[in-house]
Amino acid sequence: MSGARRLLLTGGIVLALWGMSYGLWYAVFAEHQALEEIGSSLARGFSGAAARNIALAEASLRQYQQAKYVYDRQVDVHGHWIGLAMVLVVAGIGLDRLAFSERIKMLLSVTALLGSFLFPLGVLLQTLNRGNGPRAVAILGSALIIAALGTFALGFARKPAA
Amino acid sequence: MESMSSSQGAMPLESDTVFVQSQTFAPLSARRLLLLGGMGLILVGMIFGDIFAVFVLHQNAARVGASLAAASHAALGGDSAAVVKNFQNVGSFLENRGTKVDTHVHIIAFGYVALMLALLVPWMTLSATTKKRLAWLLLCGAGLLPLCVFLIHYVGLAYSPLQAIGWASIFADLGGLLVIVALAGFLYGLVKRFLSAERAPVEDELLAGSSATGRSLLAGGSFLVLLGFLHGTYYAAVDLYRHEALDYAILSQISVGAAGENTTAVESALAAYGRLQGDKAVNIAAHAHIIEFGLLAMLLAYFQPYVNLRAAWKQRWAVVLLLGSVLLPVCVLLELNYGLVAGGLADIAGLLVIVAMLAMWIGILRYTGKLDAGGAT
Repeated sequence: MSGARRLLLTGGIVLALWGMSYGLWYAVFAEHQALEEIGSSLARGFSGAAARNIALAEASLRQYQQAKYVYDRQVDVHGHWIGLAMVLVVAGIGLDRLAFSERIKMLLSVTALLGSFLFPLGVLLQTLNRGNGPRAVAILGSALIIAALGTFALGFARKPAA
Repeated sequence: MESMSSSQGAMPLESDTVFVQSQTFAPLSARRLLLLGGMGLILVGMIFGDIFAVFVLHQNAARVGASLAAASHAALGGDSAAVVKNFQNVGSFLENRGTKVDTHVHIIAFGYVALMLALLVPWMTLSATTKKRLAWLLLCGAGLLPLCVFLIHYVGLAYSPLQAIGWASIFADLGGLLVIVALAGFLYGLVKRFLSAERAPVEDELLAGSSATGRSLLAGGSFLVLLGFLHGTYYAAVDLYRHEALDYAILSQISVGAAGENTTAVESALAAYGRLQGDKAVNIAAHAHIIEFGLLAMLLAYFQPYVNLRAAWKQRWAVVLLLGSVLLPVCVLLELNYGLVAGGLADIAGLLVIVAMLAMWIGILRYTGKLDAGGAT
């Protein structure tokens, strides 16, 4: 097994385990609380409106907005880490069919693995810091993934030399 | 049908080349169980998804919208108790929808896992019997979990010994446990081989073969995943933050309008909220489906040597699969502007993917039949 293939397969499995572990932690310790916060703050906002208490309604909807912002990203991170890990493993299995040199394959594997880790990490960091840093990490990660996926598609489409 | 009578043709099949050496595809072997079971799970999940999309999804969304509107009108009339009651209804409708989405997603995801494991089986240092038992365990869990998740909404807490969790949830968890145990067993086999000092190189005919159909599916699948990722990036850059801001702004408009007894403001905000939810839903569905179809095409590429159909038909079914995989997400995106016409086309595209997969599944069944009857030499 080539080094590039081993990197994609091992990296993919580790990333999937990482994503599942994160999901397990999230489901046990955070998700129900987040859903409760979203549902109750929304209902409180409308009840505040029914009681003609605009200040309560606005404050509750602000809470709803904050909770939903965090929840959406935490769920997305879980799905993307595991989804990207599956793409890495599936691409890794067929890496020998890529009509590229070993050096390019290794570069491609490193790019795909790094991007697959960084992109969801950047999204997760946005729940802690809404500045440009986390966004830059997410953008860098997605750029690496796009570059790697584009090259994979080209490489798989090329007819192998006889 | 030409595709169903290929074995008598004069031209040799691509799959013939692997008949003699196929030691890993014996009757009821782990690879055969995982491949046929995995494809079967994906087919069932897709058919369920198509039925769900046609008969449940839109009706359920309408009920959620109606309950939210009723909660807004209750707020408008100053009736706090009715607000709470209507939000409880929203919760119930969302649970109904959520369990059906979860059923669809989990059957298909377990199908993908089974296909990936089918590829990795030769790299596992486990006895054939253990691999077979683990494969059965995985397939049982993969069937039990989605079935019980589907039943959660209907069974509820009936006869449950617990206060908050019903029998359907308990059996769904049992299904999940079976899957985890099976996966742990397979992983143990992989690690055992990886750590072994004297491991022999694996000769797998599936990975060695590189047919035109396999290449089309692999390249097409990678391209679909890339397209899905590009769409997701575009959505995140252009729409995500706008949608999040709008979500808050519209709900705020509803509550302020209700507190100020402004019916017009509430009605217009409710209409805007419905459009926003629709916009978000179609973007997320298109993004998820194109990537999943891409991954499916890539996985199926590896199993093409087992598809016992003429090369021309194999290529046609691959094209049909890729065509449906592109059309479905595109039509889902167009649903906002073209409504039911685009929705109907999306369902037809889903059907194309299902038919193409079914054809490949039948091709693999034909291969197993031929193999069990003594193979072609």
